[in-house]
Amino acid sequence: MSAATETTRREPVPAGDGGHHGPLRAVGELLTRNLRQSGIYIAFVAIVLLATWLTDGILLNPRNVSNLTQQYSYILILAIGMVIVIIAGHIDLSVGSVVALVGAVSATLVVKQGAPWWVGMLVGLALGALIGAWQGFWVAFVGIPAFITTLAGMLLFRGLTFLVLDNKSLSPFNAPYTTLAAGFQNGLLGGYGYDVFTLVVFGVAVAGYAYMMWRARVGRQKYQQTVESFPLFVLKIVLVGLVVMAFAWQLAHYRGLPNVLILLALLIIVYGVVTTRTVFGRHVYAIGGNLSAAQLSGVKVKWVNFGVMLNMGVLAAVAGIVFSSRSNGAQPAAGNMFELDAIAACFIGGASTTGGVGRVGGAMIGGLIMAVMSNAMQILGYDQSVQQVVKGLVLLLAVAFDVYNKRRAGTR
Amino acid sequence: MTEHILEMRAITKTFPGVKALQDVTLEVERGEIHAICGENGAGKSTLMKVLSGVYPHGTYEGDIVFEGEHAKFGSITDSERRGIVIIHQELALVPYLSVAENIFLGNERLGTGRLIDWNRANSEAAELMARVGLKENPTTPVGLLGVGKQQLIEIAKALSKEVKLLILDEPTAALNDTDSAHLLDLLRQLKAQGMTSIMISHKLNEIAAIADRTTIIRDGRTIETIDMRDPSSTQDRMIRSMVGRDLEHRFPHRTPEIGEEVFRVEDWTVYHPTQAERVVVDNASFNVRAGEVVGIAGLMGAGRTELAMSLFGQSYGRNITGRIYKNGQEIRVRSVAEAIGHGIAYVSEDRKKYGLNLIQDVRQNVSAAGLFKLSTRGWVNANEELKVAEEYRTSLNVKTPTVLALVGKLSGGNQQKVVLSKWLYTDPDVLILDEPTRGIDVGAKYEIYTIINRMVAAGKAVVVISSELPELLGTCDRIYTLAFGRITGVLPAAEASQERLMELMTMEREAAR
Repeated sequence: MSAATETTRREPVPAGDGGHHGPLRAVGELLTRNLRQSGIYIAFVAIVLLATWLTDGILLNPRNVSNLTQQYSYILILAIGMVIVIIAGHIDLSVGSVVALVGAVSATLVVKQGAPWWVGMLVGLALGALIGAWQGFWVAFVGIPAFITTLAGMLLFRGLTFLVLDNKSLSPFNAPYTTLAAGFQNGLLGGYGYDVFTLVVFGVAVAGYAYMMWRARVGRQKYQQTVESFPLFVLKIVLVGLVVMAFAWQLAHYRGLPNVLILLALLIIVYGVVTTRTVFGRHVYAIGGNLSAAQLSGVKVKWVNFGVMLNMGVLAAVAGIVFSSRSNGAQPAAGNMFELDAIAACFIGGASTTGGVGRVGGAMIGGLIMAVMSNAMQILGYDQSVQQVVKGLVLLLAVAFDVYNKRRAGTR
Repeated sequence: MTEHILEMRAITKTFPGVKALQDVTLEVERGEIHAICGENGAGKSTLMKVLSGVYPHGTYEGDIVFEGEHAKFGSITDSERRGIVIIHQELALVPYLSVAENIFLGNERLGTGRLIDWNRANSEAAELMARVGLKENPTTPVGLLGVGKQQLIEIAKALSKEVKLLILDEPTAALNDTDSAHLLDLLRQLKAQGMTSIMISHKLNEIAAIADRTTIIRDGRTIETIDMRDPSSTQDRMIRSMVGRDLEHRFPHRTPEIGEEVFRVEDWTVYHPTQAERVVVDNASFNVRAGEVVGIAGLMGAGRTELAMSLFGQSYGRNITGRIYKNGQEIRVRSVAEAIGHGIAYVSEDRKKYGLNLIQDVRQNVSAAGLFKLSTRGWVNANEELKVAEEYRTSLNVKTPTVLALVGKLSGGNQQKVVLSKWLYTDPDVLILDEPTRGIDVGAKYEIYTIINRMVAAGKAVVVISSELPELLGTCDRIYTLAFGRITGVLPAAEASQERLMELMTMEREAAR
């Protein structure tokens, strides 16, 4: 077959970015390689610096850092599920109501019926899964748009919360339940005005991060792929390590490592891997990016959509348990507007309104940007009303940036 | 000497990398029905888009003279204001609005206080409907009417704009015989009232019946304008003019080595997904052998894509009946996953809509259908994935700086190679290629043909669906023709000619049975 091996008009392929450049240029390359993703980190750092300056440093004092983490943890947990829903091209408006219902059912069992704390939590999780399956059924198999299904869910689960609680608050939970969100791990290795254990945990985490990055780098080299230059690689890890350890330092000087932060970190790692490294995660991106092409590539679209909604239900239940634990009780109005905060976190974090684009890490940064802004404005004594105005504008600008970026890329 | 209502002189329109129109000249006399005829992709629609201002003045070269004046249309609104109205193949009606609302959409009949005068609108709509012979209530929602009637509403809408030149793009493509006949009658009536029309059509018998003159376009050039009143203007003559070109050396040479039958389809019948009564594929049977390239030729609307997609895991249609055999064994293919499992791959004709995820990179598009090969228990091996993508980038010569580049930024030919990579990676035994070279340049076409040759040399069975007859003649061993969803013939490539194929493809509905 002479024709089969013939190659025609082979044009020179532009060289890849494998060369070693100067360190400055390398940093610039790291930043510009993906403006959409690096832009959000730069914005986050800028906002933290600005807020620190405006609050005379109160923002970064140990107590505030610790509170901030706990106060916004449930929004971040919701945002993890939400970003997956949004990548798949859907939306979930019901999560705030699910948070309330899970808290209400759990409180009814634990506070009213006197069941053990873990029964309340397990039943809460099972309820979340059931709700997720219910919504997944309508979205994936009946084909009702998620906007409608979950709008109905928002009303439905809020109404059920009122019924379960008989329109009254229920409190308090007993000790083991509340330590989930309000407790700390500290003193395990002794304290010297700061908690050593916290620092050790974070130190190990940074070392683990460095090791993972190193392994990925070696793996890529083994497959003859281009990697960033070595100084740049080290610089990146050192920078991340410094920021993380500074954060750990502040926590260690307050009450140690918040339990909820451990939970959050686990969830971020697990879902970070699920979205990028599993077939399920890849199918979610494929569906959101081009539904027809995914279908014609053999993706089981219905089951993937069902899984996405099911997962959102479970994570909403986790957030519901954390929230009821932190507020030490269940209220009929719990979780009001949480869905909007979670959705905003995803879009600020670079998720695309049309699906197919988004990252768990981005959604976390998006959530933290909102958290830092609200927190700073609280410290400065701004009213709830001003906070909402600012949040609204930030969301609008973030999505405008996304739209602008897309138009420039010309992929439409 | 008759007056020309329209003259398009030396129109050239270039898209990045493709010359869609080259020196096209079109002269239309006042009061005639002028047909424009040519193969798919010959440039007919592009020419009409230039005329109607979809491609504004300045984006093409050449002159348009309409009613003796140089026309420089910046948009469709400009051309409509001058009385040029185009009715597209896909009707632009809003199904939930009434007939009258649709007729006056964007051109509302206003009364006092700039409010819509519904009495006036409905009565004027009734008059226009009478002119096109449509007996319906003007307040009926358009969605409740059939396609034939909707076509008439489009014409009524054009009449409401005081049209001087009516352009119809494939007006009868979606119509049944009665509706088609009615539409052609209407065009004759309008002509008698002094209207000038341009009709784009594939259907040579209709053109012969209605057109005064016909301009043939091929490969973006005007070939000739035929006077249909001349007795020598037969359909044969038009076919010759439409296809007449030599095959040059556009196809890589291949010596066929044909083996056992790999894939056979029997009595395959498919109904339209929403119009329950409409048969789209009618009792089709065909087979492909190992190492063989089989072509499927058919005009637009003949059911080619529908046939392929319904075979590929029932991705199209309803009430699908028939049998599929692979290596002599009957198989069931109820989903795309099953199709892939049986070693069937389908490369869609519309790569942007059905083939690619444009907002993802080359690597992820290459692996999209074959992730099962890259994963163990649900975990994707990312490094292996990159390696695979690199391999295909090299072997199919995909021109991209890196496999991490977004697919949306590649050229059409390279995008097509990415789609091919995706399906080659699933290691198919039967590869169905639907318009594999649509919208890509000549060089990339040659590379695609080379890939096809490599596939069959490896013992795969390949089915090529194409509107370009030279492409089928140049690449296939056997060619089936499809008309009205029926297989109307099969010819060995050696015995086939473009004229012979075109005859089988344009076979009329009754003769096709």
